[in-house]
Amino acid sequence: MLPKHLQEKIDGYAKKYKISDKNVIEITKRVEEANEYGIIAPGEAIGIVTAECFGERATQMTLNTFHFSGVAEMNITVGLPRLIEIFDARKNPSTPQMEIPLRPKFSKNIDMVRIVAMKIKETLLGEIIQEITINIAKSNIMVILDKKKLKDLDLKPKFVFDKIVAGLKTCDVKEVDGGILIKPKDKEINLSEVYKLKEKAKSIHIGGLKGITYVLPVKNDEGIYIVHCVGSNLKDALELEEADTENIRTNNIFETSTVLGIEAARAAILQESLHVIRGQGIDLNIRHIMLLADVMTRTGIVKGVTRTGISGEKESVIARASFETPIKHIINATLIGERDPLNSVIENVVINQPVPLGTGLPKLVAKKEAMESGKPKK
Amino acid sequence: MEHNVFKKISGIVFGMLGPDLIKKMSSVKVVTPELYDREGYPVDGGLMDVRLGVIDPGLRCKTCGGNLRDCMGHFGYLELARPVVHLKYADIIVNFLRCTCRECGKILSAKKVTEITEDEEETVTEKKARMTSLRNVKKCPHCNAKQFAIKLERPTTILEDDKRLSPIDIRLRLEKVNDEDVQKLGLNPQYARPEWMILTMLPVPPVTIRPSITLETGERSEDDLTHKLGDIVRINQRLFENINAGAPEIIIEDLWDLLQYHITTYFDNNVTQIPPARHRSGQALKTITERIKSKEGRFRQNLAGKRVNYAARTVISPDSKIELDEVGVPLKVAMDLTVPERVTEWNLKRLKKFVENGPTKYVGSNYVVRPDGKKKKITDETQEQLLEELQPGYVVERHLMDGDIAIFNRQPSLHRMSIMAHKIRVLPGNSFRLNPATCNPYNADFDGDEMNLHIPQTEEARAEAEILMEVQTQVITPKDGSNIIGCNDDAVTGNYILTKDLDLNKEEAIYLLHSVGVFDPVKFDRLKSKVTGKELFSVLLPDDFDFIGKSKNKEKVVIKHGVLVEGIIDKITIGGDKGEMVRSIISKYGTEFGLQFLGRIFRLGIAVLLKYGLTTSISDIDLPSDVSQKIRETIYNSERRVDQLIEQYHDKSMEPLPGLTLEATVERKIMETLDKCRTKVGEIVSESNLNVNPTIMMALSGAKGSYLNLAMMSACVGQQALRGKRIDLGYRGRTLSLFKKGELTPKSRGFIRNGYKEGLSPEEYFMHAMTGRDSLMDTALRTPKSGYLYRRLSSALQDIKIEYDQTVRDADHNIIQFIYGDDGLDVSRTENGKINVPKIIREVLSD
Repeated sequence: MLPKHLQEKIDGYAKKYKISDKNVIEITKRVEEANEYGIIAPGEAIGIVTAECFGERATQMTLNTFHFSGVAEMNITVGLPRLIEIFDARKNPSTPQMEIPLRPKFSKNIDMVRIVAMKIKETLLGEIIQEITINIAKSNIMVILDKKKLKDLDLKPKFVFDKIVAGLKTCDVKEVDGGILIKPKDKEINLSEVYKLKEKAKSIHIGGLKGITYVLPVKNDEGIYIVHCVGSNLKDALELEEADTENIRTNNIFETSTVLGIEAARAAILQESLHVIRGQGIDLNIRHIMLLADVMTRTGIVKGVTRTGISGEKESVIARASFETPIKHIINATLIGERDPLNSVIENVVINQPVPLGTGLPKLVAKKEAMESGKPKK
Repeated sequence: MEHNVFKKISGIVFGMLGPDLIKKMSSVKVVTPELYDREGYPVDGGLMDVRLGVIDPGLRCKTCGGNLRDCMGHFGYLELARPVVHLKYADIIVNFLRCTCRECGKILSAKKVTEITEDEEETVTEKKARMTSLRNVKKCPHCNAKQFAIKLERPTTILEDDKRLSPIDIRLRLEKVNDEDVQKLGLNPQYARPEWMILTMLPVPPVTIRPSITLETGERSEDDLTHKLGDIVRINQRLFENINAGAPEIIIEDLWDLLQYHITTYFDNNVTQIPPARHRSGQALKTITERIKSKEGRFRQNLAGKRVNYAARTVISPDSKIELDEVGVPLKVAMDLTVPERVTEWNLKRLKKFVENGPTKYVGSNYVVRPDGKKKKITDETQEQLLEELQPGYVVERHLMDGDIAIFNRQPSLHRMSIMAHKIRVLPGNSFRLNPATCNPYNADFDGDEMNLHIPQTEEARAEAEILMEVQTQVITPKDGSNIIGCNDDAVTGNYILTKDLDLNKEEAIYLLHSVGVFDPVKFDRLKSKVTGKELFSVLLPDDFDFIGKSKNKEKVVIKHGVLVEGIIDKITIGGDKGEMVRSIISKYGTEFGLQFLGRIFRLGIAVLLKYGLTTSISDIDLPSDVSQKIRETIYNSERRVDQLIEQYHDKSMEPLPGLTLEATVERKIMETLDKCRTKVGEIVSESNLNVNPTIMMALSGAKGSYLNLAMMSACVGQQALRGKRIDLGYRGRTLSLFKKGELTPKSRGFIRNGYKEGLSPEEYFMHAMTGRDSLMDTALRTPKSGYLYRRLSSALQDIKIEYDQTVRDADHNIIQFIYGDDGLDVSRTENGKINVPKIIREVLSD
């Protein structure tokens, strides 16, 4: 039996080039042969092949951490360090990034796009003030907003005021002429606490997506505007009405997994690794990455290729002990009387027995006693 | 067959040793720290007691009667005068003390014990979580006894309410905890009773795991473990004596602490809080933990990797005259390594000849194995006797011969092509010879590389090696489906020259074919008196081979019915990694023929160069004066352009690019200009129709180098980049003190305007050295990083395999993929994991 996609391909070509039925049969026969020959052999140690392909390719990658993509703020980790980061399944990548494509409706011209971009970027109070002063005698803080910046960001002073009130629950916030007065409710407050309060006030979230520190709108080849963001906040980005939410991309795999689920995380691992490998000008068949992504996401949560991740959760004590921290694994095994079933590779190497892979996999079904007595037992 | 391989061990259970078990499994009670008496004989009840096993050849074990090979050794035991905390279990002991009542030993849970989940499936982590939740209970819910805070003062001191708990007290408390509660707290009481974590009995390991070595002086040097055990026994005996003599409590306490210290360091000599125990020389002792742990420890050094016999290692050197799947083995090696051959009535005569030749005459043999397994070395004395008794059933370990299977390996063994099976070819000399075409998979060169050779010793091993590991099975890589073996360097250049415009007469053509190993008179007859290079190349092609491809200069390469009609053969068609024609041949005629074909075209290329010569010289990279004039102008213009940019930057007439500062803008524009400059120089060189000379020929054929490299030698090396930027390190505002502060000129930031041939100016040389050093650093730092990544990957993925139902599963039979790679295809058996339907259609239609 030929897989569907191959059959379709043959049919497609047959129609297009008007190939005679006799030839189609011959073609189908040969494709079938090629397919049958190409099918992977049972027992093939495909895991180790995958590891080899990655491992051998990794030695050819550069260590240069940063790729200069035009703007100083837009650095991204590439090459080997990024690959290690992906496989470690770290919660936060060292350079989080997000790409938000905009719907055509909201990106008719560059000015519109700029406004959207500024809406995406996180705005803190400290960025829209003209002045912030501490009155030492009265222990209060005076904030004067920057009118021009407010206008640029399309923000109303009242809106900002409300945000401050919400952000500083322990203070009385009053509007006075030309500014906002913040006064702690607690009367007995020393100066350093007022200073801390000032810093806290400056970091009040006013607008935009949390964690997005820089935005750069870029028009791609298809004429669609894409906002490149430093920092990642997938959850909030999905709620933007201006964004083409189906095509938002983030390089934070853990975030993808929590927001969109494990299948999305698997796709993200695939995409990110592929991106790194291709970026190094290295060719690697995609099924190797697929296998690794599947292993990492098999249980429903993203697991790293580390002693606490995949390698630490093997059934075999000896397999875990021979990787890292052997003493810890052996001690813990003694406590619960753990039994090592000796069904994977390394522990059979350790005790000098055939490994259950490849030619070590087939087993004889005949009973040993029966063989010795020469009579088959029932 | 007497060597059937059965899976003998089906599981290993881990557990703790209780005092009863220790006593039961022991054959000696150790009572004295002395090792030997005055005659040098082991003391009874000492640490080297003869009942603990044998370490001297010839002696027999007093316990089991076995000799050095049979006896695995026997444990002894030491009764401790006072109990001692086991270092590695200290944390668990503390947890137990915290979770159980100090009076009644029940779990400090308000709920009845039965209410705590009875779930067998409860995970270890859940149990641990419960343990921590019981930490702060102040009163026992069962007997109302008041509970105090338990603290661990690392490594082994346990405090209750800031008063020290003696191990005796701890043990008493732990004994009170019943089996049910033990299970609730995460232990399996069958294998680990909590009181066993306080040692009252110390197992003394057999001498076989701590053998003493006899130095040249005849002096005996004991193992580190024996030293440590000696300390423990000594202190233990003193403690006993003092307790019996009724010594003051303070002395006993001191000795007890000392015993605790010795037992702690016996388990782990790298505990941070206490000083490591040392030799008299000051060197720290290697005790149990250090033996197991880390790369040099038991696991990674001796269990995951083992030493083998029947192996050889020496320097490699190239020999293109041998086939790709052969390895040249020096005669010396061939006479030392052996292949066992079983005597039958049919080969008796032949094997007798080998025994007759003995170990000194080639194709002889070194050993004869009798049917009872006794191995006899063939010497002048034994030879005659062995020759006489040789009969079917005996095994002769004969010397290596041509055609034997050997496994050849070069480290680092990064992928499976680093270990391949070759056929042996015994050659004179002292180095292993390999065909240079196989350098690529091994990543070998001949600047002093060494490689390893292993001889499989059983029929099964040889069969597996031949079917699964031979070179021809490894030509297509599983990485991306490209051919890792192909023509390289001279072989490419040679074929390029041959197929480009070489004309030969028939004699020359046949001479070349002979030297390649083709002796086909039918094919020779077809040659005319004048033979073109293309015709000569076609002789090697199969008669029904068709191929359409491209060469490096984008021209068509056409092969029709085994004749090269059009195009030049170069790296793209026959090279490694790309080599489309090689892959085409392999997929049509199989790997065996493919490999033979590769060997032939490889030799042909080299033979052509041998006959017609290929020499590079400095003058090869001379440029005509008009070209070098043009290059000089290009560089000059670029430099002027940069000057302009700098000027614009200084008088602020430059517009910053969006999102960039003015500094970044000018930097970027300068970089662009200089990058363009070098590209342009490269273009000028490649477009200027230089005389074709060997250096250029190498670049054209793709064997080595490119026009850019040529431009770097003859015209301009170009910008030296450090982390994607121009060089901006060094002094404040400048790279070197000879420049002005803030200078942005090309030369002050690492632009090298000269070529290598002209020579670099001092500041250019300096910048070049900077980037050179940086790239060395990069390599040095990358190797361990990628090595560790590789180790982690292979550890995580090593037991993933394809099952008989085509699913991908791990060792615990969890399904990872339902079908491998969504289509179940092997990359190395298809074209990069795809079935090339158009190609098959084309083939069918052209038939």
